[in-house]
Amino acid sequence: MARIFAYIVHKAGVPHDTATQLAAAAKKIDLASSPTAILTGWGPGLDAACDNVCASYSEIWKLSSEVLAYPNAELVRQALAKILPPGSILLIAHEHFGIDLAPGLSIKLNSAVVSDAVEIAGVAGSFLNIVRQEFGGQVSAHVRCDISSGAVVTVRPGAFKAPESAPVAGIVVDKSSEVGALTARRRYLGTIVAEAGDVDITKHSVLVSIGRGIQEKDNVAIAEELAEALGAAVSCSRPVVDAKWMEKSRQVGSSGKTVKPKVYLACGISGAFQHLAGIKGAPFLIAINKNPKAPIFQVADVGIVDDILEFLPELTTKVRELHSVAAK
Amino acid sequence: MEILVCARRVPDTSENEIELNSAGNDIEHDELVYSINEADNYAVEEALQIVARVGGNVTVVTVGGEGDEEVLRREMAMGANHGVLITDDAFSGSDGRGIATILKAFVQKGNYDLILTGVQAEAGGAQVGGMLSALLDYPFASLVNSIEVLDGRKLKISREIEGGNKELHEIDLPCVLSIQTGINEPRYVGMRGIRAVASVPIPTFSASELALDPSVVGEAAAKVKRVDYFVPALGKGAEMLHGNREENVDRVLELVAAKGGLK
Amino acid sequence: MVGSYLLAQVTDWLASGRNLFLAIHVLGVACFAYIVARRLVPLLRAERDPRWDRPLARLSKVCKFWLGQWKHPRYKTAGTLHILIFAGFILLATRAFTVLIVGVSENFVMPGLSGEAGHIYNIITDYAATVVFLCMVVAVIRRLIFKPGRYEVPERFGKTHKADAVFLLALIAILMVADSLFAAAKAAGQSQQGQPVEFLAVLSLPWLLQVALASASLPTLGNVYFGAYLLHEITFYFLLCYRPFGIQFHVETSLFNVYFAKLERGTLKPVKWGVSDERLDQVKSFGVKTYEDFTWKHMLDFYSCADCGRCSDNCPANAVGRPLSPRFIGIKARDYAYQHYPMFGRSGNGKALIGNIYSEDEIWSCTTCGACEEECPLLVEYIDKIVDLRRGMVDDGNVPQSLQKPLKALESRGNPYGKMEKKRADWANAKEFQQVCPVKTVGKGDSADLLYFVDSITSYDDRMQSIGRTTARILDHLGENFGILGAAEKDSGHEVRRFGEETLFAALRDHNAGAIKASGAKRIVTADPHAFNALKHDYKDIPPVQHISQVIASEVKAGKIKFNALENKTNVYTYHDPCYLGRHNQVYDDPRDVLDAIPGLKRVEMTRSKDRSFCCGGGGLMLFYEPKEEERMGVKRVQMAVNAGANVIVTACPFCMVNIEDAIKVAGLEGKMSAIDLAELVDQQIAREEPQAA
Repeated sequence: MARIFAYIVHKAGVPHDTATQLAAAAKKIDLASSPTAILTGWGPGLDAACDNVCASYSEIWKLSSEVLAYPNAELVRQALAKILPPGSILLIAHEHFGIDLAPGLSIKLNSAVVSDAVEIAGVAGSFLNIVRQEFGGQVSAHVRCDISSGAVVTVRPGAFKAPESAPVAGIVVDKSSEVGALTARRRYLGTIVAEAGDVDITKHSVLVSIGRGIQEKDNVAIAEELAEALGAAVSCSRPVVDAKWMEKSRQVGSSGKTVKPKVYLACGISGAFQHLAGIKGAPFLIAINKNPKAPIFQVADVGIVDDILEFLPELTTKVRELHSVAAK
Repeated sequence: MEILVCARRVPDTSENEIELNSAGNDIEHDELVYSINEADNYAVEEALQIVARVGGNVTVVTVGGEGDEEVLRREMAMGANHGVLITDDAFSGSDGRGIATILKAFVQKGNYDLILTGVQAEAGGAQVGGMLSALLDYPFASLVNSIEVLDGRKLKISREIEGGNKELHEIDLPCVLSIQTGINEPRYVGMRGIRAVASVPIPTFSASELALDPSVVGEAAAKVKRVDYFVPALGKGAEMLHGNREENVDRVLELVAAKGGLK
Repeated sequence: MVGSYLLAQVTDWLASGRNLFLAIHVLGVACFAYIVARRLVPLLRAERDPRWDRPLARLSKVCKFWLGQWKHPRYKTAGTLHILIFAGFILLATRAFTVLIVGVSENFVMPGLSGEAGHIYNIITDYAATVVFLCMVVAVIRRLIFKPGRYEVPERFGKTHKADAVFLLALIAILMVADSLFAAAKAAGQSQQGQPVEFLAVLSLPWLLQVALASASLPTLGNVYFGAYLLHEITFYFLLCYRPFGIQFHVETSLFNVYFAKLERGTLKPVKWGVSDERLDQVKSFGVKTYEDFTWKHMLDFYSCADCGRCSDNCPANAVGRPLSPRFIGIKARDYAYQHYPMFGRSGNGKALIGNIYSEDEIWSCTTCGACEEECPLLVEYIDKIVDLRRGMVDDGNVPQSLQKPLKALESRGNPYGKMEKKRADWANAKEFQQVCPVKTVGKGDSADLLYFVDSITSYDDRMQSIGRTTARILDHLGENFGILGAAEKDSGHEVRRFGEETLFAALRDHNAGAIKASGAKRIVTADPHAFNALKHDYKDIPPVQHISQVIASEVKAGKIKFNALENKTNVYTYHDPCYLGRHNQVYDDPRDVLDAIPGLKRVEMTRSKDRSFCCGGGGLMLFYEPKEEERMGVKRVQMAVNAGANVIVTACPFCMVNIEDAIKVAGLEGKMSAIDLAELVDQQIAREEPQAA
C-alpha cells in the first residue's frame, strides 16, 4: 500500500479545520494506514501548527523555509515534488490553496489527481474509488482512480468527520534540508482584507441566511424583518452577493465568512458545499426550500418544503406575536 | 498581448434538470441544452478587456467534437479573434491530464503570452489550468478575480481566498490563470452576433497535426475514469416537516426557541 | 376710402422708419431661415422614416390633436391656458402679419379684412391679445409662485428651465402689449385729430391703453406709435429666432409633428425602415447608438417637446424613482443636438449616446407602458426611441447580467426560465385537471378551430398556471373546439423585442408563426396581454387574435355566459388595466362589462384608470431586470386601489398578477387586499348548471 500524506493548511499556528478531516479521509483509503502530515511554513507559527496536529498524525513532516512563510502554492509545489516518495497518495483540502496546488503537483509527481472528493470507498487493486459531485450537486459520480503511480486527492472540507479515536503522540520530523532552494515566477504581494460590513455575521448566534430563493433584491426585506424579530442577523449565499442584493460581508461560505451560530435558518439556499463550508460549530440547521430535492435537506436538521417568500413573513408574524404576549 | 482562452461546452445547469437515465448509471442526455462553461465565458471577457487595454489577440480553443464549434462561435461573436477546435477520435475519454496534454501541444504551436481557463467546469474539478501550467512549466494562479498588466512582462493579479479576502500576486508572463466568475460582467451575445461569424472558418487540429502520441491521451491513458452517475439517498439528515404552513411555522418557532435562538 | 385715408394720416408717423423696418424684416426673416436650415441639418442625416402615407388619417390627427388641442384638457389649468393661448395665436396670426407689413407699406390691408370684416376681426383680436396677455401673466405667476412639480428639473438632468420659460412668456406678453399699444396709439391719435377712430374692443388691452393715452400729446403719441411698432417688430423676430433655441420651438414644429405622428398603437418601428426581415442580418449596426441613428421624425420629436412634463408626471418609472424621466429623453437629446450641430461651424464627431447623454439604467428602466405617449399633447413617441436605444445596447453586447440568463434561456429553451420544453404543457396535463377539462395539444394529428396561446409565464409559473386552467375551463364551458401548441409553443417574444433583442424575437416569432399555421386553427385567444399584443401587432399572416376578456364579454352579451351572484357581497372590486390590453389595444370596456355582469359585484374605479392606468411594474424580461428604484410600482398601484376603497384588484394579465400579488405582500396588506385574474373570477362565478345555449 502506498504511503499516505496529508498536506495541512495552517494559519497563525492553528491548523485548518480540515486537518483532522484529512486524517479521517486517509482511514477511508486504508483503515490501517497511518498518514503522515506535511506542514510548510516558517517560524514559530509553523512549529505551533506542527505541535497542534500531533494528536491526529503519528508523523509530521515539517518543511521550514523563509520563502514559505506565506503559502505560495507555486513554491509549495516545488517543495513537495522534491520530498514526496514516488507512488505516494497525497490528500489536500479542496479550498483555495488546494485548488492552486493540486493539479500542477500531480503533473510534477506524474500521479493521478482527483478533485473535490466527498466520499472515499477504499482501494481495489491499483484503483482508488472516490465519489464526486457534479452539476452543482444535482448528481454524484463514482470515480475510479489509478494509483499505481500515486495520486493527489483534494477532499471537500466538511465531507469527512474527524475520527473520535484516541489522540496519538505524533513526532515532528524536520525535512527542511531536503527541500533546497525554491524559486517562483509568482510572488505574493499581500492580502487585501475584505471590509467589515455594517453587521458582523460571525458574531451572531442566530442567522437568517438567504439564497437564490429570495428571488430579488426587494425581498431581502422579508428576511430582514424576520431577523429583526428574532434578534438575529441576515447572512446569505454567494449568488445573493453576485447579484449585488447584499454586501459581500454578509456572505457565508468558502469565499465568504465562516460563521458559528447556534441556529442557522437556511432560506432558499440550495446547499452548495462552498456555502456549507462556511458554517461551522454544528449549529441547529433549519432548511426551508421550495425544491424538495435541494441538497441542503441532506445536511439540515429540520427541513420544510415551502416558498420562503410566504413562509418567512408568517414566521415573522408569529415571532412578533410571541414577543407581544411576553411583553404583557 | 496574445491570449489563449481554453473553453469548454457543458450542459448549463440553470437551463437543465440533470436527471439519471432509466438505467440509473448515467445522466439523461436527451433534451439537454449546452452552452459555454460559465467561468470560461468570464475568462474570454477578461481576455477581451485586457486586449482592449493593451492590444493583442484573443484565441479561444476547445477540445471536443463538431458540436463544440457552437461555443467557439459564441465567443468569436463576443469579440475573440480566432476560434480553434481540437478534435480527434483518439481524444475521447481523456481525463483532465489528457486534456491538458492536448492543450499543451496546441500551445506550443503558437506564441501565447497568457493562457486563461475558467476556474472549473460544471462537471470538472478545477484541474486543467493547473496541469497545463505544470506541463508547460509556466507559473500558475487559480481563482483569479482581477488582472492588471504591468510593465516588463508581468501581471498583478488577485486570487479569491476565504472570507472575501483577496491575495495579491505578481506573476511573470507567460503564465496560466484560472478565472473566477464575477471577475467582470461578460458582454451579451445574441443570435445576431453568432450569425455574423457563422461562416468564419474554424480551423481544426487532430492528434497527428499536433504531433501527439495517441497513447498519452484518450481513454487508455486516463488515470481517472468516471464509472457511473448516481443520486445519493435523500434525507439522511433532515427531519422533514410535513404539516401545513401554520403548523410548520409553529414547529420552527419551537425549535428555534429550544435551541436558544429566541431573545 | 375713408379707412385708407385715415391710415395714411397716422401711419405717416411710421414713414420715417420704413427703411429701418424693412431692414429688420429682411434680417429677421433671413436669420430665421438660416436657423431653421441649420436645425434641419441633422434631420437630413437621420435614419429614414417613411411617414408620407395616409394623408387623410394624418390630417384628421391634425384636426383633433393640433387644432382641436385634444389632450390639453387632461391637465385642467395648464390645458385651459394653453388652449386660450393657442386660440389667441391662431387668431392673431393674421393681425401680426398685417402689422408687420404695414411698417413698409402703410396702406396695406389683409385681403378679405377690409370693411366690416376687418372691424369684427379687429375686435376679436383685441380680445385675443388681451387673453393671451393675461394667460402669460397667469403662466408666469404659476411658474414663479405655484411652481407645479412637473416643471422641476431634478439635479441629475441639469439646471432648471424656469428662467427660459419665464423669459419666453415675458416676450409673448411684450408682443401683446406692443401690438395693443400700437393699436391704442393709433386710435388715440385718430381721436385727437378728430378723425374717425378704429373702434377698440371695450375693456380689452388696446382699449385700456387708449384710455391711458387719451390725453397724451400728438408728438408723444407719434413716438409711442413708432416705438410700439419697433418693439413689436423686434420682439416678433427675436421670438421667432429665439424659439428654435429654447423650449418653444414647438410653436413652429407642432403642426408637422402631429401630422407625421405614428398612426398605429401597440406596434414598434422596424430595426430599419425599408429593410425586410430576411435582409436584416446584412444591416451592420442595429438600433440607435449615436444621434444620427435616430429617425428624422424622432429628431423632430426632440425639437417639438414643449417641456410640459406631462409624460414624466405620468411615467411610473419616474414615479418610483427609477433613473428614467421620459421628458429628459427628449430634452437631453435636443440639448445634445443643439450643441453637436451648432449654428456656426461644422458638427464634430458624434458621441455614443449611452454613457454620455443617457445612462444604461435609464434606458432599461422603461416598462413600455405607454403612459407618456398617451399623455403627450404633441404626440411625441418614446417607446420606439427606448427600444431603438436598447437595440443599440444589445448589438454592442451591453446587456445587464440579470437579463442575460433569461435571454439565453429564451434562445435555447424558448422560455426565460430555462425550463424544459416538454414541461410547457404540464399545467394542462396534470391528471386531475385533464379529467375535469381535457386540453388538446394540437399538431400531432389533433386539430382545433381555436388556438389558446398560453405563453411562458402561464405555462411555467405555479401561480399563473391557474390563469391557464381557468381560461381553458371557460373555453371548454363555451363549447369551443380549442387546443394548445404545448411543447411546440415558444415565448411570444413580446418583451424580447421590446428589450431590443430583435434577432431572437424574429426567431421566436418565426417558430411560433409556423406552429400556429401548422395547427390549422382559425382563431387565436390568449389570456396574456403581452402575447396578445405580440400576436396582433408583431406577427404577420396568422389568424385573428382575441384576448380572453373580449371573448368573455361578447359571450356575456350573447347570453352564453351567465354568472352566479357573488357570495361575499362586502368585497369592493377595482379593475386594473394592463398596459398592453388597455393603452396599447384600447380594450377598456370589455373587462369592466364582464365584471358588471356579475350579480352583486361592487366595483369602483381608481383615479388612474383606463388610459391613465398606472403600470404594475412591467412584464416579461422586466421581471428579471433589477431596477434602481425607491419603491415598487406595484406597491404604488396597490395603494391606489386602497385609496379607491377597493379590497380586490381584478386584472387580466399574468404579469400584473405577479407584480400586484407581490406588492400586496410588500405593502403589508395581506389579508386586507387580494388580487384575482378576470379569467379566474369568471371561472369561479360562471353558472354551469344551466344547459348551455345551442
